[in-house]
Amino acid sequence: MTTPKPPSPRPPRSPDDAVRLLGVRHHGPGSARAVRSALDQYDPQVVLIEGPPEADAVVDIAADEGLRPPVALLAHAADEPARSAFWPFAEFSPEWVAIRWALERGVPVRFIDLPASNSLAMGGGSAGAGPDEPAGVAPDEDAATEDPVRIDPLAVLAQAAGYDDPERWWEDAVEHRGGVDDGGDALAAFEAVAEAMGELRERYGDGGHPRDAVREAHMRLRLREARRAYDRTAVVCGAWHVPALAARTTVAADRAVLKGLPKVKAEVTWVPWTHRRLSRDSGYGAGIDSPGWYRHLFGCRDRPVERWMTRVAGLLRAEDRQVSSAHVIEAVRLAGTLAAMRGRPLAGLGETTDAVRAVMCEGSDVPLALIRERLVVGDEMGEVPDSAPAVPLARDLARQQRALRLKPEAADRELDFDLRKDTDAGRSRLLHRLRLLGVEWGAPTRSRTAGTGTFRETWRLSWEPELTVRVAEAGVWGTTVESAAVAKAEDVAAAAATLAEVTGLAERCLLAALPDALPTVMRVLADRAALDADVIHLAEALPALVRSVRYGDVRGTDSGALREVAEGIAVRVCVGLPPACAGLDDDGAAGTRPHLDAVHAAVGLLTGAGDALRERWAGTLRALAERYGGVPGLIRGRAARLLLDDGLLDAERAARLMGLALSPGTEPRQAAAWVDGFLSGGGMLLLHDERLLGLVDAWLSSVPAEAFTDVLPLVRRTFAGFESGVRRGVGELVRRGSGSPGGSAKAPGAAMGFGAGLDLARADAVLPTLRLLLGTAAQAPVPAAAPEPVPAAAPDPAPAAGPLPALAGAPAAGATTIHDDAGGSE
Amino acid sequence: MSDNRVGEPENRAQGPGARAEESEIRADEAAVARAGGPVAGAEESAARAEGAGTGAEEEVLRPHAEDAFAYELKALAAADDRPRPARWNLSPWAVATYLLGGVLPDGTAISPKYVGPRRIVEVAVTTLATDRALLLLGVPGTAKTWVSEHLAAAVSGDSTLLVQGTAGTPEEAIRYGWDYARLLAHGPSRDALVPGPVMRAMSGGGIARVEELTRIPADVQDTLITILSEKTLPIPELGQEVMAVRGFNLIATANDRDRGVNDLSSALRRRFNTVVLPLPATVEDEVDIVARRVDQMGRAIDLPQAPPGADEIRRVVTVFRELRDGVTADGRTKVKSPSGTLSTAEAISVVTGGLALAAHFGDGVLRSADVAAGILGAVVRDPAADRVVWNEYLESVVRERDGWKDFYRACREVSA
Repeated sequence: MTTPKPPSPRPPRSPDDAVRLLGVRHHGPGSARAVRSALDQYDPQVVLIEGPPEADAVVDIAADEGLRPPVALLAHAADEPARSAFWPFAEFSPEWVAIRWALERGVPVRFIDLPASNSLAMGGGSAGAGPDEPAGVAPDEDAATEDPVRIDPLAVLAQAAGYDDPERWWEDAVEHRGGVDDGGDALAAFEAVAEAMGELRERYGDGGHPRDAVREAHMRLRLREARRAYDRTAVVCGAWHVPALAARTTVAADRAVLKGLPKVKAEVTWVPWTHRRLSRDSGYGAGIDSPGWYRHLFGCRDRPVERWMTRVAGLLRAEDRQVSSAHVIEAVRLAGTLAAMRGRPLAGLGETTDAVRAVMCEGSDVPLALIRERLVVGDEMGEVPDSAPAVPLARDLARQQRALRLKPEAADRELDFDLRKDTDAGRSRLLHRLRLLGVEWGAPTRSRTAGTGTFRETWRLSWEPELTVRVAEAGVWGTTVESAAVAKAEDVAAAAATLAEVTGLAERCLLAALPDALPTVMRVLADRAALDADVIHLAEALPALVRSVRYGDVRGTDSGALREVAEGIAVRVCVGLPPACAGLDDDGAAGTRPHLDAVHAAVGLLTGAGDALRERWAGTLRALAERYGGVPGLIRGRAARLLLDDGLLDAERAARLMGLALSPGTEPRQAAAWVDGFLSGGGMLLLHDERLLGLVDAWLSSVPAEAFTDVLPLVRRTFAGFESGVRRGVGELVRRGSGSPGGSAKAPGAAMGFGAGLDLARADAVLPTLRLLLGTAAQAPVPAAAPEPVPAAAPDPAPAAGPLPALAGAPAAGATTIHDDAGGSE
Repeated sequence: MSDNRVGEPENRAQGPGARAEESEIRADEAAVARAGGPVAGAEESAARAEGAGTGAEEEVLRPHAEDAFAYELKALAAADDRPRPARWNLSPWAVATYLLGGVLPDGTAISPKYVGPRRIVEVAVTTLATDRALLLLGVPGTAKTWVSEHLAAAVSGDSTLLVQGTAGTPEEAIRYGWDYARLLAHGPSRDALVPGPVMRAMSGGGIARVEELTRIPADVQDTLITILSEKTLPIPELGQEVMAVRGFNLIATANDRDRGVNDLSSALRRRFNTVVLPLPATVEDEVDIVARRVDQMGRAIDLPQAPPGADEIRRVVTVFRELRDGVTADGRTKVKSPSGTLSTAEAISVVTGGLALAAHFGDGVLRSADVAAGILGAVVRDPAADRVVWNEYLESVVRERDGWKDFYRACREVSA
């Protein structure tokens, strides 16, 4: 650390010895190390840092051991938390190193960039790459990649040096300079950088960053103040700004530039940050690809490549891959030789990655993705002590609590919300969002009052003290409850392990009214669904999804994307179900049957009659019902029944299918399973179609004695599911002897109160009431009975109609073909 | 290669390791000697004067890389002032330039031999320079053999030290065989030993190549372990060994998605650095490759000249790429991948087959129906699982795509 002062440091570029300008690459570990050495050597009395001056008030917190990088300075408009900007710092950020250096020695730290109150008001951020584009510390070279018009200073330098990648050039030219610690002139490197930047600025002016002129004017003013007060001033800023700060301008000119800037009241605090967010592929990217790698470079004293390879090997071993020390040795050798061949002084991330791929991963990119995730980016998460000012999220929450008149109280209480009212809908949204953020203030419960409409919700609320901590923790996700919930939902979606998890999340996003999160969630959902080879998983996911589509309708959120995904999944189920059902054993068939019902209900909810998807589902059911080989009887019977209930299979065909399923060639157990599948959930059918009853009866009496004991439990279970009235009716019909198939329809005798014929007048009289019950009366032209939840929830309409005494005579005509009948008589 | 021929009759006459009864051996070997005696003599001289024939062959169909590009290699060697590993003809940098192409300071243009990521060639060359064996992996048609041949040619100027891996490759092909006439006449000695390509590479400090390593039976593969780790090849019959001299290395190629291959043991795998050669990076590249190859093949098998049907080729390539990559071309929908490899080579054969159908039975224009059956055959390798994958793809991707109606219908027709 303490380097002996070299005899005569070369004169600095700035006019006198009173100022040192340390131009750095933001988040460059080499720069950070160089800054530390330079500070040790120069020993300034004040350290100026590129960042919002409002942060002067909170910079002392950085000395607190509880503040652990990565952290970010968050500036936000006091009355509008969504308008905010972040200045992230990692352990290896030169600015962070400078701050810590100064605080450890009691040297004052000042931030000299344009005040956040101005920059937030100027709103540059919200127009461009997102509201949270870090205005200050964002590396200039990165801003350029976002907008091709802007020139990229480092790219120009790198090109001049023969590099195609500016990052690599900087790494080679500056970051990898190991010699700084070993007694070299720590300030020389900064002079060289300043000189190069000077050339660039001369050529390109502000390089298309017009805001820079204002910022630099402000920096110069602050620099002058510091020089008046102190003998030795060190400035840590982006290399790009160095020439501008060294330039001689008049105070008046700088003041003029700053005149009349818009202003808002801004507040600044520290928030925890993560490596993932430092990396380029996430939202508030700080512009570095590989924070984990940088941290490693910064943290390890010697042999960075060897240590890195050892860590990679450790990770791969933890994932059960065989990686020996010999692998590590070979990987280090390969990386070193590659670097030499590419003419680089030291193996960089590119070389190590290539070496790891070739030696440890057998050429595969799959484990590499893991290495990138865990090591190159890393899971590092920062911490902020309690002494830091409250995060804007907490303020936003407090404001919403006030607006919605929902006080945080420790006492348990239960609230009923009517979602048709704005306030209640808002409360429900807030609670759902908080739940997404892990702030379990309220838990949805079943209402004690009977109201079970979809517009009702009941919550049990209780504010525990630790929820405050949770809110603070959630501050990392965003500045408002909504934006934080969106960010969190997207993150959860990306990390979700199973399809059902994502479906659940989609449902929660709808409940919490987070349309912004839906595209990402839907994308993940569609991807998961496409890759899930298990059609049962898809079938499991579908009902919840379809529920969400319906919910969307109730709450007025747009569920178009959701519907699209749901339909996509339904199509995949249609394609995949028949092969998946082939060759199932008894247990498998029993496990699949509920899914068959659920998907059937879901498809019914999702689509109107005549929809292509519904046709396709019917086709799938038909394929299942009519495929004799392989598909177990239970599934075949169930499919036939579902078709029959939807009127897609006429009685004739149903009888033929049953005849085939129950023919003597079929194994009795399979036949019994078929009967189970066909009849379960409602046996009215047998009362109305004596032909079917006759078939069952004939089959049952033909089962050989030795097989009968096998079949008995199945049949018993099937019939036990019937209502007692139906059971008795079937029994009476059988006793009466329905043996003669021809005369069954006209069978004499009034068993069970059935008349000999159909009294059409009486039957018609029932229809209006029936329509009213089914909710089809108002919208008569639409044969929309099926999409309504009621019949779909209970797939068999017969029981719904059964208990009505008035219908005693009607079902004979109506029960099984109720939709046809209703539609036909219009 | 001439040496292999000597070994062959021996293998047929008696299995490896059947040196049990001396009398039997004598009887067998006498027969071998009678049958192959004169040939063996001729071959022996050929083996001695190794490489003598290379210059004289003007009529060869396909010259070796080091002959075909001798000019470039010479220019590179002249311009190359960087340090060279022992017995390398070129520096690693020059080898990479030879493969990737470039222009030398003296203006000589080096043609690119491999079009693909620079990283891959760099890692491959560096691997050889660090004295590690190189394993080139990839599906058929990714230029594995081509790259391995050119690497060997550039590094040691000789790409002929080749072991072709098959299910029947014996240990002798990798280690050494015996000249049985000599063995019988003079007893075991170094003179009676017929060195295999790997052994010759070891003693000469060159690059040996093993093609289709994973087709070689696992126990034979493991012969390589000692060679790669100890850099020596013991000859227990003579109580001697052949030590590899500096410059020796080995390049193996293998197919990583083929069925019925023998996976490398982890002991062997550990001794290789693996480089996976990727499939063409963009649709354009692949369409270009397919169109060019189809054209060549069509001429070779004398198909009536049909218009190439660029649209159908693009469609076939798109379908192959999407199924292979598991994501649609627009990157918006993921799809499942079938079990087949769906390599560029297969796309070529699908299109060629379609062209033949169109030329002989259709109106001479390549249409959807002509390629549909071929695609189905390439995609559905496993009748149960792949059919679901294919149907899903048809229903969820092809069906919705604009302008693909006829293709969808044609595929439905053959899939039903």
